[in-house]
Amino acid sequence: MSISTMLTWTVVLAAFLLLIKPMGNYIAKVFTFQPTILDKPFTALENGIFRVIGVSRASNMTARQYGVALLATNLLFAVLGYAALRLQGALPFNPQHLGAVNPQLAFNTAASFATNTNWQAYSGENTMSYFSQFGVLSYLQFVTPATGGAAGIAFVRAMSGRKLGNFFVDLTLMCTRLLLPLAVIVTLILVGQGVPETLGGYLHAHTLAGQTQTIPRGPIASWESIEHLGQNGGGYTNANSANPLENPSALSNIVEILSMGLLPVGFFYAFGAMTGKRRLAWTLTSVAGGFFLIMLALTYFPEAAGNPIINSLGLATHGNMVGKELRFGMGGTSMFETSTMAFTTGSVASAHDSFLPLSSLSFFIGMFLNMVFGGKGVGLLNMLMFVIITIFLMGLMVGRTPEFLGKKIETKEVTLASIAFLLHPFLILVGTALAVYTPAGMQGVFNPGPHGLSEIIYGFASGAANNGSAFGGLGAALPFYEIAIGIVTIIGRYASIMAMLLIGQSLLAKKSLPETSGTMHTDTPLFGGILFGSIIVLNALTFFPIMALGPIAEQYLMLAHHLF
Amino acid sequence: MAKSLGLRLNREYSSQVLKDTFRKLNPVEMIHNPVMMVVEIGTVVTLWLTFEAPGAGSRSYDALVTVILFVTILFATFAEAYAEARGRAQAEFLRRTKSSTTAKVLGPDGAIAVTDSSKLTKGMRAVVDKDEVIPGDGVIIEGVASVDESAITGESAPVVKVAGDAVTGGTTLISDRLIIEITVNQGESFLDRMIALVEGAKRQKTPNEIALSALLGVLTLIFVLVVVTLAPIARFYGPGATNTTTLVALLVCLIPTTIGALLSAIGIAGMNRVSQVNVVAKSGRSVEAAGDIDTIILDKTGTITVGNRMATEFYPVANTSLDDLAEAALLSSMADTTPEGRSVVDLARENLSLKVLPKAVGEPIPFSAHTRMSGIDLADGRQVRKGAVNAILALVSDSHKELETFAEQVARQGATPLAVAVDNHALGVICLRDVVKPGLKERFREFREMGIRTVMATGDNRITAAVIAEEAGVDDFIAEAKPEDKISLIRSEQSQGKLVAMTGDGTNDAPALAQADVGLAMNSGTMAAKEAGNMIDLESNPTKLLEVVMVGKQLLITRGALTTFSIANDVAKYFAIIPAMFAAVPTLHLLEGMNVMGLKTPHGAILSALIFNALIIPALIPFAIRGVKYRAESSDKMLARNIFNWGVLGVIIPFVGIWGIDRILGLFGLS
Repeated sequence: MSISTMLTWTVVLAAFLLLIKPMGNYIAKVFTFQPTILDKPFTALENGIFRVIGVSRASNMTARQYGVALLATNLLFAVLGYAALRLQGALPFNPQHLGAVNPQLAFNTAASFATNTNWQAYSGENTMSYFSQFGVLSYLQFVTPATGGAAGIAFVRAMSGRKLGNFFVDLTLMCTRLLLPLAVIVTLILVGQGVPETLGGYLHAHTLAGQTQTIPRGPIASWESIEHLGQNGGGYTNANSANPLENPSALSNIVEILSMGLLPVGFFYAFGAMTGKRRLAWTLTSVAGGFFLIMLALTYFPEAAGNPIINSLGLATHGNMVGKELRFGMGGTSMFETSTMAFTTGSVASAHDSFLPLSSLSFFIGMFLNMVFGGKGVGLLNMLMFVIITIFLMGLMVGRTPEFLGKKIETKEVTLASIAFLLHPFLILVGTALAVYTPAGMQGVFNPGPHGLSEIIYGFASGAANNGSAFGGLGAALPFYEIAIGIVTIIGRYASIMAMLLIGQSLLAKKSLPETSGTMHTDTPLFGGILFGSIIVLNALTFFPIMALGPIAEQYLMLAHHLF
Repeated sequence: MAKSLGLRLNREYSSQVLKDTFRKLNPVEMIHNPVMMVVEIGTVVTLWLTFEAPGAGSRSYDALVTVILFVTILFATFAEAYAEARGRAQAEFLRRTKSSTTAKVLGPDGAIAVTDSSKLTKGMRAVVDKDEVIPGDGVIIEGVASVDESAITGESAPVVKVAGDAVTGGTTLISDRLIIEITVNQGESFLDRMIALVEGAKRQKTPNEIALSALLGVLTLIFVLVVVTLAPIARFYGPGATNTTTLVALLVCLIPTTIGALLSAIGIAGMNRVSQVNVVAKSGRSVEAAGDIDTIILDKTGTITVGNRMATEFYPVANTSLDDLAEAALLSSMADTTPEGRSVVDLARENLSLKVLPKAVGEPIPFSAHTRMSGIDLADGRQVRKGAVNAILALVSDSHKELETFAEQVARQGATPLAVAVDNHALGVICLRDVVKPGLKERFREFREMGIRTVMATGDNRITAAVIAEEAGVDDFIAEAKPEDKISLIRSEQSQGKLVAMTGDGTNDAPALAQADVGLAMNSGTMAAKEAGNMIDLESNPTKLLEVVMVGKQLLITRGALTTFSIANDVAKYFAIIPAMFAAVPTLHLLEGMNVMGLKTPHGAILSALIFNALIIPALIPFAIRGVKYRAESSDKMLARNIFNWGVLGVIIPFVGIWGIDRILGLFGLS
């Protein structure tokens, strides 16, 4: 392992460890309406917003109201986004004079950005005006992660014995207290690293070869900051964070990684701070952190060892560098890709399609689990869904009705949680099955053998997990995939949020039981281990067969020097 | 009783079990068990495939899979039928005591009409004579009689019943004559309830069972999804990449058949375990709730202590020897047949090391409320007395000081002092105290470890209560308790979200019994108490509450353990089946690398997994019926132990089992 790898990993992991507690405490303070240092600049602004939309800071909604408000608002976001993209030609800040975005693409883009997936069927630099980038898409990149965060906060409030809160208040506070201030800081750092932040037009440069080259610029630094802070993941340009203008240096790479993880990790701790169960928060953090490290190792080591077929030819390589940027190296790349899959961001600093089969397994794990911190709020919800299922399965073995934070887990909660769990594999498996079974789906497959199948699975997993990254090579621009993955994206985003909100409300209404020595403790290493094990087993049971047909088969074929 | 039932089961019920095992295959019944329903549908599919099979090789494979699947379902239906039969054997035993009783109904005019006991309704009065069976549950309104309740309680000693006491239908009058008022309609009596419950006929799923069924349903759905989508996904490698029979086998291996097959047997057996300790639960829900109990309220007298005070020590005054005091105490109590008197005799004999009782000649003086003392006027003229300290002090001429000191000392220990005097001389003090039932302290310690708080309720003063509480090791006590105090204690515990259990027998206990989450009424108690409680102990032994809590907990643990085991088993089955099922697909045969068990042939691997899946059901029937081993310990220890036993071993065992079955199949050329 090179020094730069070790240094990158140490800096990133240490930064996360140091930031989790202050970030979590800050989030908890904001959403329990305690004083914070940002009260002064923002309170007046927020009060103005609340007056205009007619809500009060302390008001509360039921789970149903919260859910309806969330869905309706998101629908409005998508519609506004669609309209603005269609009217692009008539709107300002368009130095390249780009015309209206065509209807399917405008729909696809608006829907994908509204669900925090940010699957991109376009190249930003050739399609979107500056206004569309910072006025429309960046706007969506603020409000949609704020939506997921709000849902997480509502659930945590319910778990801490508080009422769910008001969606509009939470949405506003997510933007003003978390995303905006952090985005300003990250933007400035990135600008310092040389990322462009300008409304001036594209540059026309003369290359050494005597050719003319158009270099797209724009408000890239601000885009980059919210792209990662919100686990959005849609690139300003097609190359995303592999483009030197988006991610110029090893330092900017680390900043972007930290931006992705800061809020999801902070939410785990905020859960502990708001419920008063800090030890439980550390238990859950350790479980998710354990998966993160496994993913990191799985991404890095096979790549560092290199392709065995090339190695066997005696061609000395420094690992499998295909599709990777030299400025990040193996260590920086593996950390970035692990993070983007763990936090379901979906931005990429390399070509995922070029990773070796075992490394790609790591990407699948991130999307299947969807709780290795995951998107802020939403990842926590998924983790708590597994906690509820695990408690129910294992809790019976202490001879009591299973309970979580003093609330009994009964039929309603178990059913909702297990349906939320069912949904994710349902979307991925049925989507993949349809794609393989129908000629329309097989039309997009250009790679024979297991890799082609992996590409299909990746597409649906990316949609269901609202990740948004792609395993290149699949003809995803076909109508079949646009429609199917679009539907998967929407169900994957909202259905589990709704189920968890209902669980939260149901638990809130229950009597709180005191903890005794007969209660199953959830804040112990023992429970952490059990949770870890049952997450592995539950997911392995669901995804093992398709993984066997995809990356695992590919790995065995590679070891047998079988090429396609 | 349990042993004799076991014998009966072998002879009378085996044919019934067999019949039920097949009757339960009926899809109309099976639909209530979605997991096994999926297996049944799978069996029909593979049976059809057997007939449609293109060649002999694939036909014999399809046929083998079909047979194994069918046997899997039979194991499941057998488990349920077996559990029900055990219950039915018990019910039959009860029913026999109940059938063909005649009742002599007392009309309003005093005329007696003979009718069948099944025609009795609430409010009717019946006359019962010596050696007759009491025709129904009721209350005595006239007469005193001894009743043989062994039919219900298994206790052979007859019980004396007086007006106001409750009697149970099916018990026999062995002396005198009673007039009773019937308090329940036929079909609602305790016997009826008990029969219905142990038979499982009226069994309703309990809340945890419903929740678990829901989870198992969704898990089954997930596996159906995994397997059903696997067929089209595998088409990526060619149209014939999967074999339907193998897919069915994979599905059956994955869905939680182990717990699905045993779930209802666990519930039925749990109810049986309750009735085996002679407790009638009015619903399965209350048994399950017993497992969740946080606080138990126990009466001191009769529950924690043996019920009578016992002499434990002699305190002789300065110029008297211990032997003299003991002898005087012995003499004074010779004619005293109360338990207290007997305990004085026992203590004195022990002190004097007497093997046989000396003969005391004289005139016994019985205890009277007026003199507050008793004793004997011996033939030699000595007057021996024992009684309340004040009464004796009034009698004797000695200095009071020493005696008073002893009396105070005894009272401070929460015990009762009795003074002993011969003629006009005080000899000393006997200490009478409540004695805690043996083994209770240990029990309460276990409960504390499980997080259950025990509270003792007593009418005694604080000092006495504190001493007994300390001795018994309860966590808390309420002294000078009135029935209202129990209710307010229950309410305050419940308002903190705790579940409370209590025992009671008096009418004034009824409101508290009704308020408690688990109310165990004594069969010897009043009708009101029995109506208010949700369980009745036929042996009227309040300590039984502790057993019920244990059964409740064991019920939940058994379900959790078998569910965990069922899911953990799937890991090995994947490693057996996935490499095998794609062995014939050109690019996928390399998945053979995952065949960590080294199973010989693809078909052999699949059959081995399927056979293991089937055999594990009967192997676990004993656990389902008896409940998994359970010991009192903290939740963390228990969790760690059960996770290892059922989770970790649940992953490992099938690897070994499937490997072993594959070797055995190899001997028959099947793998």
